[in-house]
Parts: sequence; structure tokens; C-alpha cells
Amino acid sequence: MKISKKRLYLILGGLLTIYVLLAIAPAFAQDMTEAEYRPFPVIGSRTAAWIAAQLHLLFGSFILGVPMFAVIIEFIGWKTKDMRYDRMAQEFIKLCMGAFSTTALLGGVLVFILIWCYPKVMSKLSGIFGPTMIFYVILFFGETFTLYLYSYGWDKMQGRHKGWHLFLGVLLNVWGTAIMFVSNAWLSYQTSPATQHGILSEMRKKSWMEEQLAADPSRTPETVMEGVTDHSMIPLHNETTGEFMGTVWDAVNNFTWMPINIHRLVGNIAFGGSIVAAYAAFRFLVAKTKEDKAHYDWMGYTGNFIALCGLIPLPFLGYWLGREIYLFNNTMGINMMGSLFSWLFIIQAVMIGVLFIGANYYLWSGMGRIQGAEIYARYRPYMITIIILCVAVWMTPRTLSRIASPSELSAMGGGNHPRLGLFGLMTAKNTVVNIIILITFLSFLFYRRSGKTPTVSWGKVGNVAISSIFFFATVAIVVIGIVGFSVPTDLRVNVLTPYQVLIALVVMAVVTVVDIFMYRKATTSGAINWGEMTDRSQYVLILIAITFTSLMGLMGYARSGLREAWHIFGVMQDTSVDAFTPLLSEAVNMVAIIMVIFFALVGFIFWLGLWGEKKKQEKTAVEREAVAQGDD
Amino acid sequence: MKKLSLFTTCLIILVGSWVFLRFVVGGIISVPIPSSVIAMYMGLIVIAILVHISVEDSQFREFLRPIRETLVDDRRRLHRRVLVVLIPLFLLGYTYSIIAQRANPPGSPRDAHPSPPLELTYKDEVIGTMQDVVNPYRHYEKDDPEAFRAHVENGKRVYHDNCFYCHGDHLDGQGHFAPYLQPLPANFQDPGVIPNFQESFFFWRIAKGGPGLPAAGTPWDSAMPIWEDKLTKEEIWDVILFLSDYTGYQPRTFGEAH
Repeated sequence: MKISKKRLYLILGGLLTIYVLLAIAPAFAQDMTEAEYRPFPVIGSRTAAWIAAQLHLLFGSFILGVPMFAVIIEFIGWKTKDMRYDRMAQEFIKLCMGAFSTTALLGGVLVFILIWCYPKVMSKLSGIFGPTMIFYVILFFGETFTLYLYSYGWDKMQGRHKGWHLFLGVLLNVWGTAIMFVSNAWLSYQTSPATQHGILSEMRKKSWMEEQLAADPSRTPETVMEGVTDHSMIPLHNETTGEFMGTVWDAVNNFTWMPINIHRLVGNIAFGGSIVAAYAAFRFLVAKTKEDKAHYDWMGYTGNFIALCGLIPLPFLGYWLGREIYLFNNTMGINMMGSLFSWLFIIQAVMIGVLFIGANYYLWSGMGRIQGAEIYARYRPYMITIIILCVAVWMTPRTLSRIASPSELSAMGGGNHPRLGLFGLMTAKNTVVNIIILITFLSFLFYRRSGKTPTVSWGKVGNVAISSIFFFATVAIVVIGIVGFSVPTDLRVNVLTPYQVLIALVVMAVVTVVDIFMYRKATTSGAINWGEMTDRSQYVLILIAITFTSLMGLMGYARSGLREAWHIFGVMQDTSVDAFTPLLSEAVNMVAIIMVIFFALVGFIFWLGLWGEKKKQEKTAVEREAVAQGDD
Repeated sequence: MKKLSLFTTCLIILVGSWVFLRFVVGGIISVPIPSSVIAMYMGLIVIAILVHISVEDSQFREFLRPIRETLVDDRRRLHRRVLVVLIPLFLLGYTYSIIAQRANPPGSPRDAHPSPPLELTYKDEVIGTMQDVVNPYRHYEKDDPEAFRAHVENGKRVYHDNCFYCHGDHLDGQGHFAPYLQPLPANFQDPGVIPNFQESFFFWRIAKGGPGLPAAGTPWDSAMPIWEDKLTKEEIWDVILFLSDYTGYQPRTFGEAH
């Protein structure tokens, strides 16, 4: 008997529906009106919340990051009167518009899952953060309407209204940043429900003192305060009952709130830039005309430049966040860097290595489209060598016991290699990351200079000065790194590492200024041939976006997993069936699945935009033809 | 002399790097590097080569030229035949080296560092939170150097009475019993050991020994005894002072910023 295609689909659809209903049936068969936890059907609560939260975060990061640089690009276009910038900024915002509703939708899905699966946790959190949730809704309305005005008013508000339009763009970013800060308060509080004595509310100071005196009646307020400084960490909960005793602001301004805020703010710029660059790469690869190729090449370059601007400070900000986690709780810090999650940071090093190598590769490829850039090609092998050596140090694990055979371990005399083991320490890793950043900056400098000849009389002196700055800065960073092996950790973390970072930042600032003056009236030997890029370089842009997405997913696993079996660290224990830390392999699989879903959704949204654009172009073409025929 | 092709140069770099890591770093300079780490470094070198050859189209074509010639050029027929034999042989050998049974005991999947508990205890007495407990005799270093020396001397005595059999008389983990222990005793001369942890961490490790290690990251297989059964609190704190005094490394503190 031959079954028609339609019937086959109907049968398959029916079977699938029956399977799903059977699979979720047990969940509905339980009385869970007063439950502490409710199981999410089939995949489990944690997996469901994980997927929804990570997807929401990825989309959120995109729609918060893109307007930040879109408004800057729009401003550049307005000031330089170059409409290309304006058009590109508008295109960025169009991408944002498509992703905006998906972000909100995923946020809704996440809230439903949390309320359904974790009612007690949500009840506790909403009891503390209730007022911020109202504030969040207000901010969300503000952002939605501002985005609509900003996007739909783009063409209408050209000319004398441009200033107002830019104001809308800035306002959009204010709303967006505020939204992120509010939601960051909820999750950072779960990790670090404590704040420093110096910024604690009077109400909590008083209740904390009462708790201390009640716990040990032999103590007086003076003896309780012995050794307590403004920096001392005070829990926001009654240590016996677990009851929240602080103010809303105490909970918001918890110990890791600001480091997460700043880290995510800059991370959003880098992520937004990379997604935009990947979009441009895709459009470049499918472009049929030279004009389109040139436009999307330029867009890809801009996206990558923005991603790089965000990427460069990210390791420093991540380091700061890590330092704060150690300060909040040393055990949590050891878990992160030396124990449960230490191998995750090796994967992180590999991925950041991919990002930097990819970004440099793209810059070097880009020099191929500039006439006169050949003179810098001779430096490339050395730069690749330095970057690879630095990445090798960065990804060398401290302890090799998990990846060495027993005979290799006995040959090494333990889990640490006597020489390479030193690369596993933070002082070595901080040193190499600063050097990678300087080399990446040098690549950008070469790119900027390509095809130009300085006309200033002090050109040679300037070059010698810049080379010397790079050389001595690198030597200084390496020397500080070596000294870091033999000084107390406190000194290394709080003085030496910040100095290394400072040196790298000062080099970038000073060299940029000198270079701007050197090349102010430079003669141009060749134009940039936009569109003349290899396809390989475009795949690198896509790879960078994929790497960013995976990295965010994996670091999200670390940030959340650090709480171990606590919903609120040290206060509210996780007693669900998922109260165990998933294996790294499980986390990697989950992140891979989330990444595939994310790119499928992003691809669909971008395709919708393209589809609409195509229809519009076809309609315009038909109208033009009709007008032309009418003229005849 | 004929200039080497880009392909040959890259091949020489690749093989040279492997020889350097395997025999120079892992032989002449230091002890052997685990093969997994060499594989990781070789992967990076391959990436570096791929980046170098593929940035420019002309260079990419130049790199591919000998491969293409070997595959299609009639003058390279001999090369082709040799490769047709060598490549499967290499893959065969590689596959065999991976799947062949070896008389190796199971590996040791332990973490770099065990996670300490949130509270520091001595027997059943709670001393305080791991984060906040400090060595009660550390302040003598500034306030009363003589008393500090006395504590260090006491720590030295405790160490040589109890610890040096495994951790060695140079505190480098090379004691008399060390070769028979797996995992090996801690090497306090390593810059990654003392500076990375607070003194409360060392107190916990000494007091609770191998049996007190956390459930996460098992099996630990540590032979470290439970020293709180034999040493007083003061002796444990003193031996910690001795460890840092002898090696010159300061245990981790969070300074004024905390």
C-alpha cells in the first residue's frame, strides 16, 4: 500500500504528539500545589532552566551590545557627514529589532520555568527583590518604546532632528544598561549574599550586631567590632535562621554585583560586534555584486574592530571578577581556579587563544586589500610565533595528573612538571595575556598604517620611539611576571598584576597618540579595496562569533556552578534531584546544544530580515518598471 | 643552494618543534613532557603554520603547489608510490599505539587542589570560617621577633619529628618515603604551593590529613595522616610558620583590600 506524503507526515506528527503527552504525563499526575520543586517533563528542571537562561542571556547580550556601538557609529556618520556610517548603524539596529522580541520571549519562558520548577527559590528571591522587579518592568517599557522610536524614526529624524535621534540612542543604552544591572543583582546575590561593612545599611548593621551579641553574651559591641573594617564582609542573612535582614539596596549592592556588571557590559560589546561581523561575513559570502561585497566587507571589518575593542579589556575585567570571588570566599575561589572548575579555565584559555588568533588573522588578511601593506608582511611570522608561544603558556595546565599516564607522572616526579608547571601559575598567565594584547594592538597599528607614508620630519624618530616603547614595555611585563613567582600573593594580585595591565594600557594610549600625529598628513599610496577579501577570512569571523558564544556559555556554567549545592550561597540549600555539579563534559555538551539553538534562531531572524528586504526590493523594482512603462 | 619550498619549510618546523619538545625540553633541559601536553603544543604549532600560509592567497597556492604536483605530476610518480605506502603505515602504527594494551596502572584523576570546607575545625572545635581564620602567632613576626623565632623553631622541631620522612629535609617533597607514595607528598619549594593558599588551608590539610579530603575529586589516595590526633593546635600553627620561613614563600593573604 502506498502512503501519501501528507498522510505519512500526519502519522508521524500524531505519534510524536502521543510520545510527548506520554512523556510529560507523570509530571501532571502529581499533587504539587505546595511543592518545593516541580520536575520539568522529560529533560528535567535544571536543563530546561539552563537552556532558557543561556539563550535569554545570549540574545540579551546581543541586543544590549549592538545599540552601544550603533549610536557611536551614527554619531561618527553625523559628524563626518558620511552617510555610509549612518546606513550601517541603521542596519545594526534592524538586526537588533528582530532579536528584541525573541529576547523578551525567552525571558518570559525562563520566568515560567523558574516559577513552575523552583517555586520556593523564586518566592524567596521575589520576597527580597520585589521592588527591583517593578523597576525592571518600568525599565523594560522604557527600552521597548525607545527602541521603537529610535528604529522607526531613523529616516524621519534625519537632518535637523539628528541630535534628538542620537539622544534617543543614548537613552536606549541607558535603559538597556540599567536593565542588565538590575537582573545582574539577582544572580550575583545568589553567588555572594553579603556586602562590605562600609557600605552596609544601618538597619543591617544593627541587626548583625544584635545577632553577634545574642550568639555570645560574653561579648560587648566593642569586642564584636574588633578587627572589623569597612572592607569586612557582612552576611545579609541571620546566620541561624537564614532570614533576610538587609535592605533591598544591600541585596542589590552585593559583593560581586559591580564586577559582573562591568564584565558583562564590555562583554556585550565584544559579543555584539562578533555577531554583527558574522552576519556581515555570511552576507559577504552570498553577495552577488561587487558593491554588496564591498559593503559587507566593510561591515565585517567594523564588527570585528568593535569585538576587538571589547575583547582587549575583557581578560583584565575577568581577572578582577575572579579576584572579587576569592575575596568573597576563598573556598569558592579555589574551586574556581584550582579545583572543580580548573579545567574549564584551560578550555577558556584555548578559546580566548582562538579569539585572539582569529582577530589577528582577520587583520592580517585585511591588509591584503590595501596596496602598500606588503612591507608589514615580514613581521607576521614573528608575531604569529609570539602569539602562539603566549597561548601555549596560557593553556598549559598547572597539574597534569588528569592527562598524564602513571609512567609519565612518575617520570615528572608528581602531577606538576618541574619546568612547564610554572606556566600554570597566574603570574605566567597574566604576563602572556598582556603580551598577546600588545601584539594584537601592533597588528591593528600595522593595519592602520598600511598604504600610508608619514610626511612629518620626525617620522623615523617616531618609529624608533614606538618600537622602543613596545620593546621596553614587553620587557617590563615579563620582568614583573618573573618577580611575581617569588612575592606574596597579596602583592602580586593587588600591585604587580595591575601594573602589568597599566603598562599595556599606557602603551596602547601613548602609541595611538604618537601614531595619530605621525600619520595626520600622511600620503596615501593605495586605497582600501573593500570586497577583496578571501573567503577564509570570512569564515574566521564566523568562527570568532561561535567561539564567543561557546565561551559565554561555559563561563556561565562556571559562574552558576560555583555556588555548588546552594541556590543562595550559604543560605538556601539546593535539595532538588539536580543538586550536584554537572561534569565538564556534560556542560560542554549542553553549551554546544544551546549554541546550535542560538545560531538557528539568529539565522532565522536574520533570514526573515533578508526576506523582507528582498520582497521590498522586488516591489520597488516592479513599481519602477511600471512607472517607466507609464512614461513610455 | 636551492631554496626550500614553503611546504618543506613548514614540515621541518613541525618535525623540529616535536624533536625540541620531546628530546630537548623533555630530555636535556628537564624531565619528559606528557604526550598529551606535547600533542596540545603541536596542535598550536599546526595552527600557527596554517595561519601563516593561508593569510595570503599567493602564499597558500605556493604551499599547496608541492602537494598538487605530487598528486598529479608524472615526474613525481615515485614520490606518490612511496607516500601511498608510508601514509597508511604511519596511520596503522599510530592506531596501534593508541589501542594497544599496556601494563599501566589506572591514572590518578585528582584535582589540582582539594576544595576546603567553609569552616575550619580542630577535632570537633570550630575555630572559625576558613576565610577569616589567621595564624594566631603570625603577628609576632612584626610585634615580637623573638617570640616568632621561638614558634618557628618549635615548628622546625615538629616538622623534623613528623613530616620530613615524606616531605623531605629540604621541604621539596623528596623524603625517604616519597618514592613509594602516590600521589607524591607536597613540594613546599614549588612557587605554586605556599603562596596560593591561606594559612587556614594548610591548617586544614595538616589537621585532617588524607581522610579529611572532600568527597569531590575522589579518589585522593593521600597517605597524609590525621595530625590533629597527634599534634596540638599550636604545633600545627608553628609548623606552618616554619614552612614559610624555611622556603621564603608567604602564604596567601588578602591584605588591606579585604
